[in-house]
Amino acid sequence: MENFELPPKPKNSVWKRIRNIGIAIVVIAIYVWTFVSIDIEWGRAMERAANNFQRVIPQLFSPDWSATGKVALSMLETVFIAFAGSLMAAIIAVPLAFLAARNMMGGVVVSTIGKWILSAVRAFPDVILAILFVVAVGPNAFAGVLAIAIGSTGMLGKMFSEIIEGIDMNVIEAMQASGANRIQILFYGVMPQIIPEFLSYAIYRFEVDVRASSILGIVGAGGIGTLIIFASNNRNWSEMGMILLAIIIVVTVIDFASARIRRKIV
Amino acid sequence: MTNDKKTLTDQVPSIYPVKTKIQVTIIFFVVLAMYLTSMIWTQSQMAGGFTGALGNMFNVMKNFFPPNPEVISAVIGPMLETIQMAIIATTVAAILTVPLALLAARNVTTFKPLYYITRTFLNILRTIPDLVLAVIFVGLFGIGLFPGILALIIFSLGILAKLISETIESVDMDPMEAMRASGGNVFQTISYALIPQVLPQYVSLVLYVFEINIRASVVLGLVGAGGIGLILNQQLQFYNYPNAMMIIIIIFVVVIVIEYISTKIREALI
Repeated sequence: MENFELPPKPKNSVWKRIRNIGIAIVVIAIYVWTFVSIDIEWGRAMERAANNFQRVIPQLFSPDWSATGKVALSMLETVFIAFAGSLMAAIIAVPLAFLAARNMMGGVVVSTIGKWILSAVRAFPDVILAILFVVAVGPNAFAGVLAIAIGSTGMLGKMFSEIIEGIDMNVIEAMQASGANRIQILFYGVMPQIIPEFLSYAIYRFEVDVRASSILGIVGAGGIGTLIIFASNNRNWSEMGMILLAIIIVVTVIDFASARIRRKIV
Repeated sequence: MTNDKKTLTDQVPSIYPVKTKIQVTIIFFVVLAMYLTSMIWTQSQMAGGFTGALGNMFNVMKNFFPPNPEVISAVIGPMLETIQMAIIATTVAAILTVPLALLAARNVTTFKPLYYITRTFLNILRTIPDLVLAVIFVGLFGIGLFPGILALIIFSLGILAKLISETIESVDMDPMEAMRASGGNVFQTISYALIPQVLPQYVSLVLYVFEINIRASVVLGLVGAGGIGLILNQQLQFYNYPNAMMIIIIIFVVVIVIEYISTKIREALI
């Protein structure tokens, strides 16, 4: 039998090895820093847990059915907040997306500015936005709508601009060559290519927003979060169980419906 | 000549069939009606209505400015604590996610009921928002870092396990089949045929979840689960808006910097 020799292993260059060691040192340093300086207070947490466990957990799993009406109404408000917010966001995001897409407005400068605006908006957590809007328009559901609208604009604008950057430019070129003006190109060349995916992302974002808007009430921006904070302040854990159940059911149903619709669109 | 042209355009059928047009119109009006209902409902408890609120908005927003830079030194400690919470939570979630993701991947878990149970479990886990988890854990463990970290772990576990199981489902099955055919057991198959394929994706997704955790951890303090949100909440309750604005700006900067670094690393990985 012939002797087969394995091909020699590719040698790691010195630079690569130094880089890997550097990465390892940084990662280890981060972990050492984290675990040395953090103080979790295990003792206190465990002591509290031992006291509370019997009171919280069994009640959480025996939902208070008498609160059904109240919880359902707040959950409906939550869905309304998410719907109004994500529809607003879907509309605001379109011009921003065209601004940020590299192949539309022309010029790297404009597209970079657009991208910066979008990532700046994205960096704000929804709840922080809700705090600002609660101060601005008062503690009501509309503050939640505004928070969701602004919060979703960042993500939707980014997704939309990526879709626009991915369209088939040959169609546009052909239309330009045959003398179409910019409006015509937009309506007959760009729109048919982007609308299904735009819709799909907008619906997906609605799904995310239902989840997001269910906690906005914690800072006073309406929806079921208001009930969550009441239930937790009153230590009413069976009502909390009911609220959890409502959130799980509604979110699951909306996820399912949205996935079905999106599969149909794209 | 013009007459001919007219008849030609008349004869050209519309691109979309009538049925689609009717459907689209109906959907449009349903969406519009839902939007109007939502807007009326959400604005019903608002004093002064929409225009009153918007006019008021600028007056109130003025209170936030200028931000008070003196709080920076007091806030750095809690901000670092927030980041540490996210690091610990992401690490624990990244470890716990491995068995869950394997169980939730159709091509690894050939035993169907187990696959469906894991999937359903993960789906339910993902429906519960992070702050709700935090509220419950604060009720259970008291105010502090531990309930916050626990909430982050559970919350990110749902996302991470789903994303990673999808990555596992999309791998090239040939090496795994070859391993099985040549007599490798489950663990050998996983470690030699699966891990090399999913490792870069795994690291990238863990970093992505770390970004999510950073953003989630800054608000956990609002319900008493530790970190910078606790201080933000205090300042807001004392109507100390310039301080609150400074904290919000710090959060904003930290989130952007961490996201930038993480995005760069992820771009280098894949």
